[in-house]
Parts: sequence; C-alpha cells; structure tokens
Amino acid sequence: MKAKGWRDLPPGSVVLEGGSAVKFKTGSWRAFRPIWIEENCIQCLFCWIYCPDMAVEVKDGKRTEFDYDYCKGCGICALECPGRKGQKAIVMAEEGK
Amino acid sequence: MATPLTLKELSKKEDRFTHGHRMCSGCGAPIVVKIAMMATEYPVVVSNATGCLEVSSCISEFTAWNVPWIHTAFENAAATLSGVETMYRSLKKQGRFDKDKEVKFIAFGGDGGTYDIGFQSLSGAMERGHDMIYICYDNGAYMNTGIQRSSATPLGADTTTCPAGSVIPGKLRARKNLTKIMAAHDIPYVAQASPSHWLDLAKKIQKAHEIKGPKFINVIAPCNRGWRSKTNDAIQLSRLAVNTCYWPLYEIENGVTRITVTPKEKISVAEFMKPQGRFKHLFSPENEGLLQRVQDEVDREWAKLQKEAKTD
Repeated sequence: MKAKGWRDLPPGSVVLEGGSAVKFKTGSWRAFRPIWIEENCIQCLFCWIYCPDMAVEVKDGKRTEFDYDYCKGCGICALECPGRKGQKAIVMAEEGK
Repeated sequence: MATPLTLKELSKKEDRFTHGHRMCSGCGAPIVVKIAMMATEYPVVVSNATGCLEVSSCISEFTAWNVPWIHTAFENAAATLSGVETMYRSLKKQGRFDKDKEVKFIAFGGDGGTYDIGFQSLSGAMERGHDMIYICYDNGAYMNTGIQRSSATPLGADTTTCPAGSVIPGKLRARKNLTKIMAAHDIPYVAQASPSHWLDLAKKIQKAHEIKGPKFINVIAPCNRGWRSKTNDAIQLSRLAVNTCYWPLYEIENGVTRITVTPKEKISVAEFMKPQGRFKHLFSPENEGLLQRVQDEVDREWAKLQKEAKTD
C-alpha cells in the first residue's frame, strides 16, 4: 500500500468511512501461523470468539479457513482449542519454514 | 431485540469492531471490545478515552469502528459521552430525532483513563445519572506509553515507574477497588467481568443496556507486553484471574450483590502470577512475605464479597 501525501488526505485527516481499517492488512506481523486441521474440529467456535483480530471466518455458523490477511499469529486460538479426543484442531507453525 | 447469546448466532452478525486494527498480537482489549459490541442489536454511539485502544483502532485514515465513535482526551470519555447522550435527548424533545428510536451509549477507557486520569469525569457522569455504560478494560498499568504504574497496578508488580530491584520489590501499594468505588455511587448497575467468560460478559452487557441510568463494567484485559507473558495466554490468564479470585466475577444491581461465577476450586493466586514476568521477583525467597500479602489481600476481598453477596 502506497502512503498518501498531505495533498491526498481529507482536510484535518478526517476519516470519512466506518470500518475502513479492513484496508490495512496486519497479517504481515505474523511470526507463527495457525493451521486448521478440519478433522479434529468440533465447531465449538472458541477460536472465533477469542480471536483478537477477527481473523477466523465463520459461514452459516461453521468455521472455515483463517483470514491470513489479518491474523497476527498470537496463538490464542491454538491454546484455547479443545480439539477432538485430545487432538488439537489448530496448531502453530513457524512462518517461512 | 436481544441477540441470542450463542456463538453460532453471534457469528452471523456483522463486526462492529473490525479487523485491521493495530492492537498488539494477542492483546486482550479487542476481545473485550468485540464481545461488548456484538452483545447488542441497538444502535450504539461510542466514546473512547485516549489509550491503547483509541490510538490503535483509529490510526490516520483508517478506523476499526463501524459505529459512530468519538476520540476524547485521556480524562473525559465519560464527560463527552454524557454530552452526546444529552444531545440525543434534546433532539428527541425537539422532534429532530425519531422519538421511538433507542440509541445506546458506551464509553471505553483503559485503567489509566478510568482509575486515574478520567476518574473525576466518570464520577461526575455517574452522579448526573446519564443513561450510558462505561466499560473499563483494565490491564493494570499505562501500557500504551510504556508500562508505567497506575492505581490499577497490583501489589508487587514490576513497572517502569516502580521497578523491582534492590530498593523496592515492585509496587508497594495495593490496587484500588474501582468496581466497589463505582458501586458506592449508588448507580443501578455495576459489574466485573472477564473475556475468558465470554457469555458472562455478554450477558452483563445485555443486561446493562436494558437498565436506564448509569452503568459501569470493569473488565480485565491481559496485556502480554506489560504483563511480560506470552502472546497466546490472554484468555488463559484472565481465566486464572477468575479462578484464583484475584478478579471475581460479580454484579451489583440496585445495591444487591451477586457473584455470577464461583470458581469450582479456588486456586492460589501464585498460579495467576507465575506466568507473568512482572511478578517474577516475587518468587525469590526474600519476597516470600510480599507474595503472602498478595494472597491474604485476595482472600480478604473474596471473603468480604461472599459475605455481601446474595446466594441463589
């Protein structure tokens, strides 16, 4: 994303639309990447409610993939994931490996 | 009007607090905010005291808020919002705003902006009886400016302005009990909540919206930078805070105290403190007494709360 100069910004740098932070992708902050293992997932949605970055996509009440554009890789989801029969449905892996 | 509080139903709603905000990885505050914002269907106006949440959710050009939102200075989130609430009432009286449309008002502040700097404006707004909820996300220090002590910093914690070392063993004073201070304002609803118990938190927000008058909710919000813990333990630490009774979950409705979550087994407060680097020095032999003092204080507060509470 190209930074804007002062001529391109609205006067007073006023923000003109709500929820515009979605244009700012925070996924590049990530050092560890959460990986979803579907067969171990019980669809409890704890990962969704506890995600500080709203980076778990849920469609019709079922979780789907992570939104890696915004996930900062904190790992709360992996820690809170109850999994199935002791097998976690979310594991963390180092980025770039 | 009330949203059914199941994760499946809640997940179908549009985010009122969106991704792309720039809070640190693993921060507890956005979890508190997202749960608070999704717990109601009402149109909401938010005012936000200066603090981590404010500076990182609205960085030039971008805002993570999908609702009308006002950035205020450190000290006047409650005063600003009480003005907004009054304006809506006046516009309704003048016939310039739909009389039957219910608009709700929420102020967010960190512990610095609530316990310390914003305290007089909060106290004033509560005394004047404005119809609003004030939510404090309490991370126990001025984290945004680099971990300076606040009056919410717990006893014995290491911060940059009360550094633990050979002179002092971290903060020498206990934290002030703001939830009880707000209850002393005799307002209709005061509660304490934790993001780990999301349903309890959402229920409290929902209940507060249905009550007319000033409401105050104090929510613990772990900060892995300031607490010197890992990025993944915000929920685990807030759960430990509840289970050790360091942060009991209760509400005071019209003067009646009710404990909403009683831990199955009350564990030692050391379990909550051990994963946090800010308390590391308390586990060395010379600070044993201080650790015991922390435990005694937690026990005393918990006993007091149980005595006050109505058992159901």
